[in-house]
Amino acid sequence: MPHDHHDHDHDVPHSHEGMSPSGHPYRQDQDTPLTYWQNMEIAIRELLIEKGITSELEIMHTIDQMDSRSPADGAKVVARAWTDPEFHTRLMADASEASREMGFDIGALKLIAVENTKDVHNVVVCTLCSCYPRNLLGFPPDWYKQRAYRSRVVKTPRAVLLEFGLELPDDITIRVHDSTADMRYIVIPARPEGTEGLSESDLAALVSRDSMIGVARAMSPE
Amino acid sequence: MGGNDAGAIVPDDHDFALWEKRVDALQVITSTKGYFTVDGLRRVLEDMGEEAHETMSYYERWVVSVNQNLIEAGAYSLAELGAKMDEVKARGETYGDCAVNELSNPCAGDDDNG
Amino acid sequence: MAEKVRVSTMMPPGHVRTPAYLRGKTGEIERTLGPFSNPEQLAYGLEAEKLPVHRVRFTMAEVWGAEAENPADTIDAEIYAHWLKPAET
Repeated sequence: MPHDHHDHDHDVPHSHEGMSPSGHPYRQDQDTPLTYWQNMEIAIRELLIEKGITSELEIMHTIDQMDSRSPADGAKVVARAWTDPEFHTRLMADASEASREMGFDIGALKLIAVENTKDVHNVVVCTLCSCYPRNLLGFPPDWYKQRAYRSRVVKTPRAVLLEFGLELPDDITIRVHDSTADMRYIVIPARPEGTEGLSESDLAALVSRDSMIGVARAMSPE
Repeated sequence: MGGNDAGAIVPDDHDFALWEKRVDALQVITSTKGYFTVDGLRRVLEDMGEEAHETMSYYERWVVSVNQNLIEAGAYSLAELGAKMDEVKARGETYGDCAVNELSNPCAGDDDNG
Repeated sequence: MAEKVRVSTMMPPGHVRTPAYLRGKTGEIERTLGPFSNPEQLAYGLEAEKLPVHRVRFTMAEVWGAEAENPADTIDAEIYAHWLKPAET
């Protein structure tokens, strides 16, 4: 069953023995025999540096910048939308500007927020490749990039959501968003019951990556 | 792609290896600097054919696409790439042996290091 | 009333961003975006024309017919203007 790290708050320092900082099994690469593709990467990188097209520092900074982005950023945007009606309006009108307003450096990302209600459930895909709002949510999960999800969710979204553990009644309309062009999408999940009075940061902790893709709901408070 | 019957959704989720993050970073940097567009990246990926999808990983296909686009943009030549790949390979057996760089080895070439 | 449009059925090879499963289908324009540079030109390193992009909403019934899980569910996709024509009402 595809999972999300809802039991795992990445804002709190904690141990990840044998795991990389993001909490996932670390792909060992330093000690394995050099592959042809790794050989190519090193060569390209060094040629570009030698020719002054980029620098080691720029590459490291770019990696750090990508690593600093995570679903926690998107979760904060969702929590603010739940608690601040005027922000919510701005988010629905221009999700890129609203994200920047919160201080997120999303660069050229063109974002549309699609909102779940009692009548509508949204789910996002890129059937043509693997477009994803990386600059706000970090890297997409592996399953999002694979053919099984990409081909099936546009035809049988209900069956796919069931595989993720989400069953939706027939009186809820599903809207699938295929990111075919320049826009990227974030699903604003419905605010769970029993969350009145929770702080924005407590609310953000209920918002998983998968709920912002649309294959899960936001979590209920314990 | 859309609508094809493509089997079970695999819940795998790993972090990326350093070399993969570097491929990603090189793509971001060189496309931002105008050497090619993300459309060019996609076009080469699409032209790769079925076998590449079956036998190569995501970032293996990406490094091939980034390279193809940079070659087409004239960033470097095939001869330069070939020579550099040979030079890199000769450094050792593993990725760690071959991916030496000054920032990870700050004392390299530092004559004053006592 | 949202404008009804039909997606072209043409099937050129190469880098196009109109998914095959939507060609020939009719939907409604949900909103218009852009103009954005034509990816069919950018992909080949050519100077690109800027075109409007329409978010078009299709019902699952329209796209998959009898195989649709729930006919009223929808699929939204962004389609470049040159792939769309007004649909007969």
